[in-house]
Amino acid sequence: MADEKDREEIVVAEFHKKIKEAFEVFDHESTNTVDVREIGTIIRSLGCCPSEGELHDLIAEIEEEEPTGYIRFEKFLPVMTEILLERRYRPIPEDVLLRAFEVLDTAKRGFLTKDELIKYMSEEGEPFSQEEMEEMLSAAIDPESNSVNYKDYISMMVTDEN
Amino acid sequence: MGSGTSTQHHFAFQNAERAFKAAALIQRWYRRYMARLEMRRRCTWSIFQSIEYAGEQDQVKLHGFFSYLMDHFTPSSHNERDFLSRIFTEERFAQDSKMEKCSDYESIEVPDSYRGPRLSFPLLPDHATALVEAFRLKQQLHARYVLNLLYETKKHLVQLPNINRVSTCYSEEITVCGDLHGQLDDLIFIFYKNGLPSPERSYVFNGDFVDRGKDSVEILMILFAFMLVYPKEFHLNRGNHEDHMVNLRYGFTKEVMNKYKIHGKEILRTLKDVFCWLPLATLIDEKVLILHGGVSDITDLELLDKIERCKIVSIMRCNTRQKSEKMEEQRKANQKSSAQGPIPWFLPQSRSLPSSPHRLGPYQAHKSSRSSSIPCGGSLDGRELSQQVRSSVELELERCRQQAGLLVTEEKEEPSCSASETDSDTEELQKPTQEEWRQVVDILWSDPMAQEGCKANTIRGGGCYFGPDVTEQLLQKYNLQFLIRSHECKPEGYEFCHNRKVLTIFSASNYYEVGSNRGAYVKLGPALTPHIVQYQANKATHTLTMRQRISRVEESALRALREKLFAHSSDLLIEFKKRDVDKVGLITLSDWAAAVESVLHLGLPWRMLRSQLVNSSADNMLEYQSWLKNLAKEQLSRENIQSSLLETLYRNRSNLETIFRIIDSDHSGFISLDEFRQTWKLFSSHMNIDVTDDCICDLARSIDFNKDGHIDINEFLEAFRLVEKSCPEGYASECPQATNAEDSGCSSPGAR
Repeated sequence: MADEKDREEIVVAEFHKKIKEAFEVFDHESTNTVDVREIGTIIRSLGCCPSEGELHDLIAEIEEEEPTGYIRFEKFLPVMTEILLERRYRPIPEDVLLRAFEVLDTAKRGFLTKDELIKYMSEEGEPFSQEEMEEMLSAAIDPESNSVNYKDYISMMVTDEN
Repeated sequence: MGSGTSTQHHFAFQNAERAFKAAALIQRWYRRYMARLEMRRRCTWSIFQSIEYAGEQDQVKLHGFFSYLMDHFTPSSHNERDFLSRIFTEERFAQDSKMEKCSDYESIEVPDSYRGPRLSFPLLPDHATALVEAFRLKQQLHARYVLNLLYETKKHLVQLPNINRVSTCYSEEITVCGDLHGQLDDLIFIFYKNGLPSPERSYVFNGDFVDRGKDSVEILMILFAFMLVYPKEFHLNRGNHEDHMVNLRYGFTKEVMNKYKIHGKEILRTLKDVFCWLPLATLIDEKVLILHGGVSDITDLELLDKIERCKIVSIMRCNTRQKSEKMEEQRKANQKSSAQGPIPWFLPQSRSLPSSPHRLGPYQAHKSSRSSSIPCGGSLDGRELSQQVRSSVELELERCRQQAGLLVTEEKEEPSCSASETDSDTEELQKPTQEEWRQVVDILWSDPMAQEGCKANTIRGGGCYFGPDVTEQLLQKYNLQFLIRSHECKPEGYEFCHNRKVLTIFSASNYYEVGSNRGAYVKLGPALTPHIVQYQANKATHTLTMRQRISRVEESALRALREKLFAHSSDLLIEFKKRDVDKVGLITLSDWAAAVESVLHLGLPWRMLRSQLVNSSADNMLEYQSWLKNLAKEQLSRENIQSSLLETLYRNRSNLETIFRIIDSDHSGFISLDEFRQTWKLFSSHMNIDVTDDCICDLARSIDFNKDGHIDINEFLEAFRLVEKSCPEGYASECPQATNAEDSGCSSPGAR
């Protein structure tokens, strides 16, 4: 019993250090606060993959009573620790991602055209902003065929991450 | 049968729902990917910046060490005196009769075969434009014209006040540019995009024209030429890199000597003069103050207006009036502990780096208060401690003397006063006062911070960190609208802070690495509202995706970081062992992060970087010995050199190179074995580097390739692959393979 508790404490301590590090990357001036718009990046870089909706809910939880545009570390730490302990918002496995693309590829060609990609990403789900759309297009679309072979695309992105 | 349509609808609805969910999934995944990319980008930035500032700190420490030696060491022979005073005698150069003959350039012949631009004075706008074009075509300006231009530049600068006052009523707009650091492509791009300087188009260049980049000479030539051609519209401010001592470390000295093998020394000497005559600040319409670094709580524009700015030759060697007086007292009286004072950093007791216990990143660690003085330039008050230090220094020197055989052998015809004795009255007056020196250093070296107050800038080793209250105080006192400064690289090329009252503008794009940051310049319109223009002067980056750009820059940063890790292998091993309580050769990854930070003090997010620095091992445990071995394998180039020595050299290679260049005061490219050994011994003992004498001797002898008792700087550095790995094309050919350094003029056609 005691052993398990110790182990959990060690795990929590390690989580705390990780969370602090990630937070500090965005807290340039050591004020123990970060701009609320960076919270999504911080949470995602800690290994979580929340949707935009889930993110909004989270932010509502850690924001001040009267939102200041900043998130304080003291509020962020316990919430984030919970998330890590509960392994919430797990990342998406490669095969699931592939199947998602296949769903959109109704004709089962193995690729999506540029227009199709734009349509789905900007109109469905939680739509991309124009910036996000452009950035995805620049890396995904093969200029010659004007389409994205999504299997290759996924492989490329995944190896790049590792 | 109605089920037909409703089934269709049902399927359609299901399909739509599935598409919706699929899209949402992809978006969720993608956003996470982009977030991680952004995190990597920021970490990479941290790496570069912390290494850069650590280097600056080193530089200051090194000079603090030499200055301390200078003040407290009583040479016992002329040889010793000569040796040490040669290191510090740069001021004597001014008295050198040779210097008087600035117009020596006239005797330099320009061969007919020279196809570069030929300048005649007074300069015409066409000359300046021709220079830009010529440099764009990779031509080199002949030494004669360089010297001529420098001579004319100095004549012009001498007439200018310390603070240039500029009005916008004559030109329609003013463009202010920040650090260029020898990156000619950026300057050319700015002129291309914004237009060449003209009576209608004013420019202010805010310092740091030289060092790091490979075309500092060309940038200076262009800037000086335009200044002479359009004196009312073209303005330059001095930056902290317009300083010959800083140039020794950061590449400008090397560039000049490589490009101008015969006349380089003369050019450097003349430049020293030119630099100290550069104005300190520019004031537009009495409303916008432009200076290179920043301000402090004691900044006094009226005082700055009055001082003789040429007296401040270099931040690194402040020989202030007060200090000389104090030296007098010390020499005469016995050590009495009177005033308070901090422990000099290089004493064993205070060996740890200054400031913050947990985060010594470039953004953070403004923890030390103003009262902790920075050794360089500060006066070292007499204390009991300095008595101890003095005797330990003397013991060291005794050993070195014997070793180097530097006993009195010959008498030279020298003025009888040693370096530390009183100078004549006139020389006294040549020196700035402590306060004057501080005012200038603050202007050139300070950085803004978010917190209120004013603290010593321990990261850089000079100037201070100033808060929004200091800015506000200054703006109100002198009725100004805002400040424009440079000095710090920003990812977007610019950054506002202090409620938009301070604008940082940085014009060297891709500063750390291709793709690392944009450059920017700011245009001030009639109401003095700033309008920023950004750019990135490298076509290659445009074709890369953000992902690829970040990867490239990241690789470069990690390489630099791994080098640093290797350079501290011994210390790291000690720390790892401490945490390996059971002595199994394994530590947790968490311990790894803590150990690394405690040794390197870079304030980096080690846990975020871990996956790229450590191949994950089983169970989250790291076999640290083999990790260190792998690091070494990457870096070691020669197996016959004792690896700990190499590691020490690696850690100190910038210092080494700088020491070389300081000792080689006549820029010949050679120093004697003895000089090297003696200096290295002194330096290493005070840095607590444990290297045996035999090692040093062996090392020195082995790098003297042609066994003539002299070490060629480039050969030494090359031998240990210490020459910058990312040699710009020009330098790649200059990195000498020749054994005879005399004509290691690797004259390659595309030499730039």
